[in-house]
Formats: sequence, structure tokens, C-alpha cells
Amino acid sequence: MTGGHVTKRAKYKTTIKDPGTPGTLRMTLEKILFVPHNPKSAGKLDVEFRFIKGQKHTKEGSNKPPWLNLTNNQNGSFIFEFENYSDLQDCRDFVGKVLAKSGEVSEKPTVTYPDEQLSAAEMELRIKLLQEDSELQTLHKQFVLSGVLTEAEFWATRKKLLDREANKKTKQRLGFKSAMISDIKPSTDGRTNKVTFNLTPEIILQIFAEKPAVHRAFLTYVPNKMSERDFWTKYFRAEYLHSTKNSVAAAAEAAEDEELAVFLKQDDILASESRWKIRRVDPTLDMDADEGDDYTHLPDHGIFRDGSKEVTESENELYRRTLSQDINRHAAVVLEGRAVDVELEDTRSVAEALAQSKQESSTKGESDGDTSRERLGRVSRMTEIEDLQAPNILPLAPLCIKDPRDYFDSQQANALRTSGDALGGTEQIKCSLSSQEVYGSLRQSISVIKAIGLKDPIVKPEVAHQVFDALTQSISTTKYNIGKNPQESVLDRLPKKIKEELLHHWTSILELLRHFWSSYPITTSYLYTKVNRLKDAMSHIYPQLEEIKGSVPSDLRHQVSLLIRPMHQALDAAIQHYEADMQKRSMRSGERPNGYA
Amino acid sequence: MKFLIEDVTVYFPYDHIYPEQYSYMIELKRALDARGHCLLEMPTGTGKTIALLSLITSYSLSKPQSPIKLIYCTRTVHEMEKTLAELKLLHNYQIKHLGPQARILAIGLSSRKNLCVNPTVLAAENRDSVDAGCRKLTASWVRAMAAENPNVPTCQFFENYEKAASAAVLPPGVYTLQDLRAFGKEKGWCPYFLARHMVQFANVVVYSYQYLLDPKVAGIISKEMQKESVVVFDEAHNIDNVCIEALSVSVRRQTLEGATRNLNRISQEIDRFKATDASRLRSEYNRLVEGLALRGNLPITDTWLSNPALPDDILKEAVPGNIRRAEHFLHVLRRLVQYLRGRLETDNVEKESPVGFVASISSHAGIDQKTLKFCYDRLHSLMLTLEITDTDEFLHIQTICDFATLIGTYARGFSIIIEPFDERMPHIPDPVLQLSCHDASLAIKPVFDRFQSVVITSGTLSPIDLYPRLLNFHPVVSRSFTMSLTRDCICPMVLTRGSDQLPVSTKFDMRSDPGVVRNYGKLLLEMVFVVPDGIVCFFVSYSYMDGIINTWNDSGILKEIMQHKLVFIETQDVVETTLALDNYRRACDCGRGAVFFSVARGKVAEGIDFDRHYGRLVIMFGVPFQYTLSKILLARLEYLRDTFQIKEGDFLTFDALRQAAQCVGRVIRSKADYGMMIFADKRYSRHDKRSKLPSWILSHLRDANLNLSTDMALHIAREFLRKMAQPYDKTGGSDRKTLLSQEDLEKMGDGSMHEMLY
Repeated sequence: MTGGHVTKRAKYKTTIKDPGTPGTLRMTLEKILFVPHNPKSAGKLDVEFRFIKGQKHTKEGSNKPPWLNLTNNQNGSFIFEFENYSDLQDCRDFVGKVLAKSGEVSEKPTVTYPDEQLSAAEMELRIKLLQEDSELQTLHKQFVLSGVLTEAEFWATRKKLLDREANKKTKQRLGFKSAMISDIKPSTDGRTNKVTFNLTPEIILQIFAEKPAVHRAFLTYVPNKMSERDFWTKYFRAEYLHSTKNSVAAAAEAAEDEELAVFLKQDDILASESRWKIRRVDPTLDMDADEGDDYTHLPDHGIFRDGSKEVTESENELYRRTLSQDINRHAAVVLEGRAVDVELEDTRSVAEALAQSKQESSTKGESDGDTSRERLGRVSRMTEIEDLQAPNILPLAPLCIKDPRDYFDSQQANALRTSGDALGGTEQIKCSLSSQEVYGSLRQSISVIKAIGLKDPIVKPEVAHQVFDALTQSISTTKYNIGKNPQESVLDRLPKKIKEELLHHWTSILELLRHFWSSYPITTSYLYTKVNRLKDAMSHIYPQLEEIKGSVPSDLRHQVSLLIRPMHQALDAAIQHYEADMQKRSMRSGERPNGYA
Repeated sequence: MKFLIEDVTVYFPYDHIYPEQYSYMIELKRALDARGHCLLEMPTGTGKTIALLSLITSYSLSKPQSPIKLIYCTRTVHEMEKTLAELKLLHNYQIKHLGPQARILAIGLSSRKNLCVNPTVLAAENRDSVDAGCRKLTASWVRAMAAENPNVPTCQFFENYEKAASAAVLPPGVYTLQDLRAFGKEKGWCPYFLARHMVQFANVVVYSYQYLLDPKVAGIISKEMQKESVVVFDEAHNIDNVCIEALSVSVRRQTLEGATRNLNRISQEIDRFKATDASRLRSEYNRLVEGLALRGNLPITDTWLSNPALPDDILKEAVPGNIRRAEHFLHVLRRLVQYLRGRLETDNVEKESPVGFVASISSHAGIDQKTLKFCYDRLHSLMLTLEITDTDEFLHIQTICDFATLIGTYARGFSIIIEPFDERMPHIPDPVLQLSCHDASLAIKPVFDRFQSVVITSGTLSPIDLYPRLLNFHPVVSRSFTMSLTRDCICPMVLTRGSDQLPVSTKFDMRSDPGVVRNYGKLLLEMVFVVPDGIVCFFVSYSYMDGIINTWNDSGILKEIMQHKLVFIETQDVVETTLALDNYRRACDCGRGAVFFSVARGKVAEGIDFDRHYGRLVIMFGVPFQYTLSKILLARLEYLRDTFQIKEGDFLTFDALRQAAQCVGRVIRSKADYGMMIFADKRYSRHDKRSKLPSWILSHLRDANLNLSTDMALHIAREFLRKMAQPYDKTGGSDRKTLLSQEDLEKMGDGSMHEMLY
């Protein structure tokens, strides 16, 4: 895969119903090559990648076999059936990569990265990101290709995206499945007594985690003593013997076959592990400790057979394993979670990764002091009666935001004010009145009203009536429209095109603003030119916004203008800041002629 | 808070108190004043333990001239740890308010296995090996040998403890087992022997029931407890079973084989001593002639399990002449083993009284009753003389001697039952000879006689008048408290029909019906959807549980359950069960949710709490009747009918329902907690069964919930959980207080108190 080509065994199918021609599929960066095993059969294939338009594939876990469907630009398709899903994944990834590359190249062959040397991997990553995220792609097209931002600037604000993609491990880790592995049922072909088990690395990992003895056996026997296939055959033979619940037969088989006995015997690693674990168990449920005080159940003391105790066949105890034990073990493993985090490829790597993670955890778990303290803590937690105690409430101030818009508007105002301060700085509006003055003016106006009375209506009745009508209508329609469905936002009621345009403007404004504000304070001439570029780009947006406003139907205009207003405000703030800064700069540059410009 | 109950100032470590705790303390104080025994039933989840502890310690503090000692018996070690943790809380509170005069010494005592800090001894697998391992290092003769030969290994912890001699004391405080171990490690003293020593001086001793009830253990540990002690049996609903088990012995083929091996080994030892150190045997003989069965003061490390018979019944006279010589005694034992082997070879079930059995031993093996009676003491003396340290190897012959001593001592209240095979597996021959005690009052009698006050308390002692009859004592106070609830935080339901409206039951003829099994599975599956966090299921027996789980597994129900919650199962292996429980708790803690399958009468049902999110729902599948065909049970029923006029059916129902109540009662710990209980069997809807449940459950069992099917139960569960999720007023509103503060207590005088509470 890394070497620029992939070779897998697969069946080539011309149609879905076609049983397929078995052969070898080889994909390089340029072409796809399929050679049937049987040289006489007709399925030979040699296609260049540039004819391939897209790919489809079946999902793992669905009932379908692993199929990869490549469509070419004449609407034909090539279907390949792989042996397993990991092969399919490899090929899928490869095809995706090649397609991405060719698409990128055809789209913008002239993009250059002037000021940085990019490794191929990084470039690939960026291309992939752009392909995955269409929004990002439009932004990229709009700004980078038009020269508002350089490539480096564009990506600099998205470092996190690059990082996260780069290490890839942050994706949620999957735990083990809740279902027991004993649930893997063999499939039969119906004619012979042969059964077939399908094992995936996932299942194998679970088997190893639940049965350390099997894990150890695998590490010691495979591949020196037996092949992996033999190993699993033996394993399932042992499982079958267990499922028959015939401990006598199991004992007999085990006596004959040393390796089979490993699977049939009680797991000694588990036993020693449990001896170790029992020491750190929660003391409020440590029933093992009770045995110590139980002198009535000395061997043969107490009542032996009153029906409360169960009878077990004591012979062949070694080869008896109950479903309960399996269930407990399974649940414990699921609870512990998966320690191994590798790409599950083949059994060997699974086994080794598990062994390593076990080693780590055992060295980690050595510290004893903590556990005893934790045990004590648990006991006291188990004994306290919480509702008899005084309520244990930490002091807190409830957070109450009635309307988030209030908050953001006030922040906007703050921003404006600070930029205003930067602008003026000298003009202080005298707004502090003395209380006498206020009292005086109030008193005066009251006395005026007293003297004259409120004779004339302040507003003409018909005008007032019109305003009220308009207001009630607009409020009720808004209420009606918004109240209908709480999930539905104003945006959803706009025509689709306008909605998309608005959203696009929002994102592009945000992108520009991000770059704009991050360039302050301007310290280098590079930043200076960048800010100028950004300002120009921003000022282009104004007319576009106005155009949108003009294009919507009148009943929605109010809503749209509400939506546009914050954009305007944000842009205004930026441009104000820009101008204030320019003024300051020109003033200063007057003093200092050597300043940059 | 602190408040007055009559003349005693009670220190209670919380800010509030439940009214039933307060009235519980009043009753308890009356019993202490009257110096009599009492029987108190109070629902689980109302803080019995802390009420008991704070009243008794406060009582003792208020009477400094005659302080009483508290002997607190728990059934399990983890309950012991919990009790000590509560006592620690209380003790800190008392010290804060009273100063140093409130200092007490409280210790938990357990076996070497739980207290030993010597890594070599601790490496042993089970309790008996740990005991033997300790003895190998600390027995008086081993230490004497080590004094001469430095290569003989000894236990450093014990040597240090011995060296410190009288300086080796525990400073006042509350010591859990963990604390004792830590203290021992720090000082380099053996915590086990230190604790054994300090038991005499401690104000509070917390240990297992058996240390007081089982004469084998009580003889060495509890011999020197003063009369002015209050003995508390907590969670005592099964005390009668503990009593009869303490005096029961069974002999199987393996026992006899082991005993024969032991006898051979003893005879080798005797020969060896004859050759090297004959004077030792001779001196033992002389001592026995003088009439001392045992040497007077044994060093503390040499003591072994003591006589299985109760102290009053042990003869204080010389060992009979025919077993004074070691070889003769060995002969007697060989004949006894031979005779028992002959008796085991039978094809029919035989039942005999001890008198008849002793007569037949006498005629067939030539061993008379008095000789039998001395078997145990004689064996003990012999083993000490022979300096045998690996006592764990000699348990078989000890069993035989216990058996002999018991049948030699008791003529009434026992019977001997020989069964050639287990009824349920007739194809496997496994003969067993059981000496079973039927009379629970025998073992507990010395306790009642010896101590000033004995308190028997539990969440389920209904019907409360039955216990005095079973245990043959006269309580001065006998009361059952109900629970005053702020809200209906328990929701018992009786489920009689499955989702297909067919009846469900574990009645013998119905239990293996696939329909019933499926309905039970569906019930659990539906509940797993609805109930958050932990669910506990109890089955009537291990074999039934195994069967049902296998069926569920085959039919895929188990897989569906696993989609929602992890499944953990109690097995007969204690270690595995403990780990499963630990995992279960962790699954509940982390929010994954889990189901625990357990068995009524099992170890989990006995002592593990499933409070708070560890158990939001308990399902009791079936009525946990005892195995009614058991010969021993039949003999006991017969004895109960003849002696106490208790009807068989009544006793069986009583026993089954106390187990069921015990199982479901584990879900609730405080009034802030909540949980549902489903009794899934149609027989619970019958009045005669249901009425045996404790009153605190019955009072919440509404008529509408008496005859439910799965879908109805599901609906009720949904409603209940929704209701419980709402916030509520913890004090219970104005008209009926369910949480009292100090002012509330002061406000009501003694007179008005009762009106408020009842």
C-alpha cells in the first residue's frame, strides 16, 4: 500500500450475479490490473485509473460478501469480491487515495505553495481534508485561489485539524462486543459433517483476552509447533467437547493429546490472576475472607446433605467448565475494556500486542499503598447513611442566561466601544449629571404637564393605529411561524439558495475576521499587506449582502436583515478598527518618517 | 447530635436521626436496664447498626463505675469491617464531644488467614493451611527447638510480640482488620496474637457468630469474656441454622480414609517417640492418671480447636483408664473407624437416635459411652504430646473424634442419618453418615446463661414470636418496628403471570416447563430495558439457576440481556463469586449497568448489600423452599413438631419467606435509597405465604400489585422509577416526621414522643 501499489486475491465479477473469476488484483497509481488464476478464462482486465470515476463497497457486518465496485466514466463498473474485509479496506483506501490525487490535480493544477516545503504526506492530508469537507473546499477555493490568503495562512488556523488527522488515534476506541464469543456458530455446507468457523481478528482478540491460556498456547505453539489453522481446529474441538458437557470424554481426549489438554484444562493463568485480584477486592464484599472464620464448615462438619448444597461430580473436576464461569469471565473482560489499540491485521500481531499490554498493566498495578487506602475509602462510603448527614452542598451561583442574544449583543457593543475608544480616545461625552440637575429638570417637566395637561395627542391616532397594526401582524406572523416547530429555525424557512448563500457568507466572514483579528498588532510589513488584502475582501462582501437582502421576498426580508445585521456589525467593527489603526499609524508616521508603509 | 434517653446521654454521629432509630434505642435501653435479652426487628435500611452501637457505647460511657463490654457478632467478615467503620465514625464523634474520656478500644477479631502478616504463612491456600503454617513457626516446642538451633525457622512477628511481652498493647482506638495488620506491620508484632490478647481488655469486640456459638472455637477465644457484657447478634434471622450447624458432623468415605491415614501416621509417631523420647509418653500417661485431660495453661500458640461439646456438658473428671495409654487409644479409634465404615456400607437410608447408636457401638466395637465422650480431649492431648504441627492434615481424625464426643455427650436433640446416595443423583454412590442437631437452643444456651444481655436483631425476624421458641429463651423486650417513609421508596410486587398470561412458579411440577422458563426470561429482559444500573436476581437453587441460564443461553434470551447489561453469576467458588461481585459493582459504578444472578440461601444472599445503584430491582424467581425431601430436614421438622409444637408446613413457609425477604431486603439502605422487589411466583399471591413476609414489606405491598403479569409489572416499574427520580423533602413534611433533628427531639418530651411515632 505504501509502495504505491496493492496486490490482493479477489474474484472479478462482470455483473452482480456473476459467480466471479478468481485471480489476482493489482493496483498501481496508474492502473488496475486483474489476472485470473486460470490463464484461459476471459476475465483479464487492464484499466487506467483516470477512467475510474468512483467506488462503492459493501459494509462490514452486513450480510453481503466484501465487494468493491469501481465505476468508470462510461457508467460501466468492475466488481471485485475479496476474501475478507481487511483486503477490501486496503483496496478501498488505495483507490480513494488515487482518485483523490487525480481529482485534485485535475481541479487545480497550478496551485503552488510558495513559502513552505511540504512533505508529500502533509499535502496528501490537506487534500484529503479538502475532499472530505466541501465547505472547507469552497473556502479554500474562494480565498486561497483568489489570493486573499496564502495557502500557509489558510492552514495555519487549522493546525488542530491537521494534528488530529495526523495521529488519527483520537477516534473513539471500540470496546469488546457484549455478545459472548461462544456465540460464533459454525456454518455447515449441509452435505458433509465438516463445519467451518469464521474468525476475524476481532474475535481472536476477544478469545485471547478471555482465555489467557489459549493466548499463551498460541504464542508458544504457533508457528513453530503447529500451523495457525491446526491451532484453531484444536481450539474449536476443545470448545465442542466443553459444549457437550461430557467431562469424562474431555478427560479422555485430553489424556491423549497434550496440546488439546491445554484448552480443556482450567485456565491456570486465570486462577493465579484471581488470587492476585482477590487481595484488592472491595472489603465490603470480600466473601473469601469469611471462609477464614467459618469453623462449622471444616471438612465434614456442619450439615452436609440437607439439600441446600449442591452435588457435583468431583471426578474430572479438572475438565469441567461451566457456562457461568464463561459468562463471568466474559463480562469481566468487557468491563475491563480493550487495552490493545492496534490495527487488527493478523493473529500474530494481535497476540503480541495483547501480551505487551498485559505486561504494562501488570507493572502498573504493583503499587499497593493506594489500593489499601482506596479500599478503606470504599468501606467508609459504604457505611455512611447519607440522608442523616447535613446536606453537603457546595456554594454555587446559578448561571442564568435568559436569551443568549442579549449576551452576544452586549459583547458586540463592547467591541464597538473599545474600537470607538481607540478611534476617538479624546472625546468624552459628558453624561454625568448631578442629582440636583436631574431633579430640577424632572420637576420642571412635571410642572409643565401639570400646568398644560396632556392635551394634544403626541402621535396622530391614525398613524398610531397603522403602526400598531403592522406591529401586531409582524409579531403574530413571526410567532406563528416560529412557534410552529421549535426545532425549525428561521433559516429553514428561507429559500434553499438564499440559506446556503447566507451560511456561506457567514463562514467566509468568520474566516476573514479570524485572519484579520489575528494579524493585530501589526508588527511586520507582511502583516500590513495581509490586513490590507483582508480589508479589501471584506469590503467586497457588503454589496453581496445587500444583494441578498434585496433578492428575498418581502415577508422574509425582516428575518434576513436580522440575520445579516450581526454580520454587518462584525464587519463594521473590523473596518472601524482598521481605520482607527490606519489613522494612528499615519499620525505616527508623520512623526517618524522612517516608518514602514 | 446528642440527646437524652432517660438518664443516658446518647451521642449519635449524624445531624439527624430516623424516628425508628430513636424508638429502637429506647427499647434497647430498657433491655439493658433490665439486664435481660431482647429481640428487635427493624427493617433493613434504617441504620440498625449505628443505632445499636451509639446506644450501647453511650450507655457504657454514662456508667463509668460499671462499664459494660460489647460483643458484637456478625455473620461475615465484610460485615465486621463495615461495623467497625461505623464504630470508627461514632468514636471520632464521641472523642470530639467528650474528649479523651470517651476513648475506647474496639477490635475486630478474625482467623489467622485474615490477620496474619507473615508472607510465608500467608502464601498458603486455605484457612487450615494458614493455621498449620503458623503453628509450624510458633508452637512452643518449635520455638524451644529454635532457641537451640538457629536454623529452625520461626515467625519474626511472633518473636517480636513475645519479646515486647506486656508492653505489647494496642493503644485505644477502633481497629479494623486492615488497621490491625497495618499496626502489626509497623510495630513488627503479630497482629493475630496481639488481637487475641487484647480481646480481654477491649471495650468492643467484633467477631463472627461462630466465635461465640461454635463450642470448638468459643472454647479457645471467648472463654474469658466477662458476664457484664452485651452480646449482639446482628442479621440474626438465620441464627437457628448457625446453631444447629455448629453441633453437626458428617462422616463420608473420604473422612474415614483420611482418618485411617492419620491413625497410621500417629502410630508411626508413637513408635518414633518410644524409640527416642519415651519419657514424654510416660509423663502424659501420668498426667492422665492424675485426672487432667489437658495440661493447664497452654501457650497461646499451642491451642487448637477445642471440644465440640458445650462447656457445661464436658466432664471434669479423669480420662477413663482404657484410653490413657497412647496405643490403647489408637486401638479404640481404629475400632471406631472400622465400625463406622461398616455402617456406611448400607443400601437403605437409616435413621437412628444417638442412644441407639452408642449402644450399637458398644456391642459391636466394644467402646462405651464414656470413652466416646473423652475421645476429643484424648486426641488433643496426644497430638500435643507428639508435637504435631501440621494440624491441617489431621482434620479427618479430628472429625471422627468430634463425632464420637458429640454422640457420647448428647442423647436428645440429635439424630444420626445414614444415606447411601444423594436422592437427586441416585446413580452415584456417595454414602454419608450424618450426626445432625435439631435443637437450635442447645448451642446458644450457654450464651444466654453466661451474658447479662443478648440482643438478637435483624431486618427479618417475622413472625417474631417464633424465635424465642426455637431458641428457647425469654426476651424482656420483643418488638418489631415498621419503617416511616418519606416517600414510597420501596415497591414490592407479586408477579403471578408471564407476558403470555400463563402462571409462573417454581413449584416442582412447573419449574422445568419451558413456558415458565421463557416467561421468567422475558420478565428479566423487559426489566433490563427499563431499570437503570444494577439488577439482582435470586433463584431457588444452584441447579435451577444453572438450568435456567443454560436454557436462556440456548434460546438467545441471555444474548439479548447482554445487549443491555453485563451479566455476572454467583458460582459455588467463593473466589470467583467475590470477583464477579467486585466487577458487578464496578459495572454499576461506571454506568454500564449489570445483572447479578444469585441463589437464595447462598453466600451472596446472606451478606452482600445491593443498595443504591447497586440494586434498583430485585427479582426473586420462585419461593426458596428448602429441599423438602432431605432426610435431615424431615428429622428436624419431626423434632420441632414433637418438642415445640411447630407445624411442618408453617416452619417450611416461615423459612422460605424469611429467605425471600432477606434476598429482597438487600436493596435498600437508607430512606434516600429506593428499589423495587418482584416476587415472581404465583404462590406469593396466597395469603398464607405472603403474610409471613415482614411487616415493613407487607405495608408497601398494595392490593393492586398482588397479581401482576409481566406487562403490568413493567408499567408499574416505569411509573415508580419516574416518581423516584423527582426531588423530595427529606424531612417528610409537617404532619409526620421521618427525619428528626436535635431540636425535634428536645421539643418532644417523653410523653409526646409516642404519639408522634405511632
